[in-house]
Amino acid sequence: MSLYRVFDIAGSGLTAQALRLNTTASNIANANTVSSSIDQTYRGRHPVFAAELDRAQEQQGAGVKVMGIVESDAPLTTEYNPSHPMADENGFIYKPNVNVIEEMANMISASRSYDANVQIADAAKQMLSRTLTLGQR
Amino acid sequence: MAISFDKAFGLHPQGMLLREKRSEILADNIANADTPGFKAKDLDFQTALANARSHQSASVSRTHEKHFVISSDMRHEVKFRNVEQTDTGDGNSVDIHRERNAFSQNSMEYQASLNFLNGKISGLKKALGGGQS
Repeated sequence: MSLYRVFDIAGSGLTAQALRLNTTASNIANANTVSSSIDQTYRGRHPVFAAELDRAQEQQGAGVKVMGIVESDAPLTTEYNPSHPMADENGFIYKPNVNVIEEMANMISASRSYDANVQIADAAKQMLSRTLTLGQR
Repeated sequence: MAISFDKAFGLHPQGMLLREKRSEILADNIANADTPGFKAKDLDFQTALANARSHQSASVSRTHEKHFVISSDMRHEVKFRNVEQTDTGDGNSVDIHRERNAFSQNSMEYQASLNFLNGKISGLKKALGGGQS
């Protein structure tokens, strides 16, 4: 029955959006971390979504899959601050390439999409439960 | 006049199957609302129902195991949506509001079919009980 598939699909959407919310939380939490070398600096993380291809080719609904998480390659913020305890020998500190405003927008978008998927699952639940009581009145 | 259980429900069973299918496709659109390069799809309901109808009236049955199975193949009835919004830059053509409206409309129509079926079933029950129940 296709209606059960709706739960799978909406569930995949929930998983994907929850992961996006997770990475956003991690990015915002680490937005102000300071490090003394470029390699150790936190970089913004973003999930990559893709439609599940194997089933999508059958022209059916298939849901969404998280292909992986990539680190942003935007330039890091370098700051000259010799009095900082984390400053390197040249007096520089390095800050993550996280744009907090962008992350906030990302967070709102993710939570709205999460809501939409929850509502879809809810509607499917109603349709199913009414179908299961068909003819029992 | 004999009661035909096959015909009692009319087109509603086929219609409900298609509505289920459509709800799956619309849920997929919404789940992929943020997937780059994803194109929104929808079921061409009218064509699909017409096809289901013609299959029904032709009533094809297999009498030999080598006969082909004629199943209602949705492949030609699922189409990509016409894009009405401007390109968002990532190749995604899902308009989330439109999909949500379509989904709730679809589920209302499904429940309308359910109500019709409930009415038909209670009518049949009444007929079977001789009007005593």
